[in-house]
Amino acid sequence: MTTQTAQAACKADDGQPLLSVQDLKIRIQMDNGVMQAVDGVDFEIKKGKTLGLVGESGCGKSLTSRAIIGINPKECETTGVIKYDLASEGSASDPIDLLSLDPKGKRIRSIRGNKIAMIFQEPMTAFSPMYTIGNQMVEMIRIHRTKNKKEAKKIALEMLGKVGISDQEKRFDQYPHEFSGGMRQRAMIAMALSCNPELLIADEPTTALDVTIQAQVLELMQSLQREFGMAILLVTHDLGIIAEMCDEVAVMYLGKIVEQAPVREIFYNPKHPYTKGLLKSMPRLGGEKSVRLDSIEGSVPMPIDMPPMCGFYERCTDRIEGVCNARSVPKTRISDDHSVRCFLYSDQQRGEAQ
Amino acid sequence: MSKPILDVVSLNKSFEVKSKKTLWGKPTRVQVLQDISFQLYEGETLSIVGESGCGKTTLGRCIVKGISASSGEVNYMTEEGDTVDFLKLKGKEAKKLRKDIQMIFQDPYSSLSPRMSVFDIIAEPLVANFKLKKSEIEEKVAEIASQTGLNVSYLRRYPHAFSGGQRQRIAIARALIMQPRLIVCDEAVSALDVSIQAQIINLLKDLQESFKITYIFISHDLSIVQNISDRVAVMHLGKVVELAPSEAMFSRPLHPYTEALMSAVPQPDPERKKDRIILEGEVPNPANPPSGCHFHPRCAYRTDKCVQQVPELREVDNGHFSACHYAGELNLKGVQANEAKRA
Repeated sequence: MTTQTAQAACKADDGQPLLSVQDLKIRIQMDNGVMQAVDGVDFEIKKGKTLGLVGESGCGKSLTSRAIIGINPKECETTGVIKYDLASEGSASDPIDLLSLDPKGKRIRSIRGNKIAMIFQEPMTAFSPMYTIGNQMVEMIRIHRTKNKKEAKKIALEMLGKVGISDQEKRFDQYPHEFSGGMRQRAMIAMALSCNPELLIADEPTTALDVTIQAQVLELMQSLQREFGMAILLVTHDLGIIAEMCDEVAVMYLGKIVEQAPVREIFYNPKHPYTKGLLKSMPRLGGEKSVRLDSIEGSVPMPIDMPPMCGFYERCTDRIEGVCNARSVPKTRISDDHSVRCFLYSDQQRGEAQ
Repeated sequence: MSKPILDVVSLNKSFEVKSKKTLWGKPTRVQVLQDISFQLYEGETLSIVGESGCGKTTLGRCIVKGISASSGEVNYMTEEGDTVDFLKLKGKEAKKLRKDIQMIFQDPYSSLSPRMSVFDIIAEPLVANFKLKKSEIEEKVAEIASQTGLNVSYLRRYPHAFSGGQRQRIAIARALIMQPRLIVCDEAVSALDVSIQAQIINLLKDLQESFKITYIFISHDLSIVQNISDRVAVMHLGKVVELAPSEAMFSRPLHPYTEALMSAVPQPDPERKKDRIILEGEVPNPANPPSGCHFHPRCAYRTDKCVQQVPELREVDNGHFSACHYAGELNLKGVQANEAKRA
């Protein structure tokens, strides 16, 4: 069964997307108004591909990724459609809407952790400190894959070996605090992958790690992706990681995807002023000391009771008064796979608007 | 070259760590800094890079006397030209010099007291060190605030009302108000978003230009380090393994660890060849460091000599120090100057 899913995932490269998010909105009631944390996000992930979701803190990228498996706190009012293709299960059916499922119900539980797995930023808080790593891995494997304890342990040990943890037998019985940071993140990846998920959501998987360990973890994720053919939704703020890992990139700002394109397009042909600003403000190796960084002035506003306008208006150097701050920005398709939310390009419209 | 403002001579620091085995077990000593020596010249930026646990923060704190070093000297050249060992000073004399050396911390969310207004935070060093009239204090705070890009009318607010970038500006203003000659920036921009990071780096550079401040810039992010520093010191497990002018280090590193660090940084260029050097294993435990060269278990170029002999930090090239037995003999890759392919 497991090898079948892996093969099926590899085979169907194009065609129906594995996951398609349409008009996702998340509102949070605050003391001083309603915060529109995620405001109409659409994206698709194809089987075996990697989509990068990049943005600054507070842009809603984590909420978006968590909404997919329904683990946001209940204060989040979520609307929209999150279609997930279960076809590889064998049941000939239309994609199901994950949002319509009861977040505590049986159906989502059979998907969460099994079909869609998640890696969190801080592995110390994601693992329970009260149970051994092995215990936590086996619990998950026994829920989704096998009832047999011995077999579950075998799978867990095998996965620990795959992510490069040596001396698995000993490590299996250790507690999270006995692992180092990089080791813990590997254990988390091993746990997430132990049910051969079709989609892996990685929320800032390497932010808490050193560059040398980060390189190890990224390499590991790539090699496991090749092996299992899973799709990855990579949430990060680091454009360097995006460049190395992703096929497609969605740039988020203030709850909206402001630009979406294949990775090369984003880096060599960015359109949105925010994307351009981000790329310019990054110091890069091989640059010169005297070079002054082009920073984006100002800071991200709070999306509380925002009027319909471009969220980037205040910080944008190319803003058009009376246009950008007067109405909400529609999505413009520049080419088949490149879309941008900016009035500067509304006359270059190709295809239909959304 | 200008005079050294700071001359650090074989600085050592060790901590006592309780043995985990038994409650009454003898504590073991962990050598966090080992024989660190370097000179810091006036007006330059020296960056200290390394992985977490290599002792870079401890080094910064020892220099500002936040914690006391176990042994060694930090010779400070005062404005009058006298040289004093900062670590040996006590009481009033230390206080007098302390205002010359300030520190900016990593996390602007925990380094500012939530119970003090921003005005009080910035003014506190003045109140603690000088007897000034209220109006004088107000004038000075307003001046510093505008120099660091803070809105003067917001100074009566409390830190929670400010964003991360603004808070870091407050921390910089607080450090700057004593008109220091040296600022130790401990991961000063690591907690900030990319677009804000650039603002703060630019601010630090501007301030350096207008006030001739010397920086010790502690960071793990090599792209930022390259952008800001004149010289770079790479630390590994409590030792400086390479020390060189920034350009020389990035174009031609002389220690395999530096090479690996550089190649591990993900670059925002999808077409770059991914010939990353993946270091195997983790940072060794400083309580039980490996024999010989501390880096040898992870080094691709190791030989028997590395396992047995401890390499000394030696000058290989002009001003370029390396602690590798084979420094200069190995052909290590630096960072190719990439033509910024930007749209």
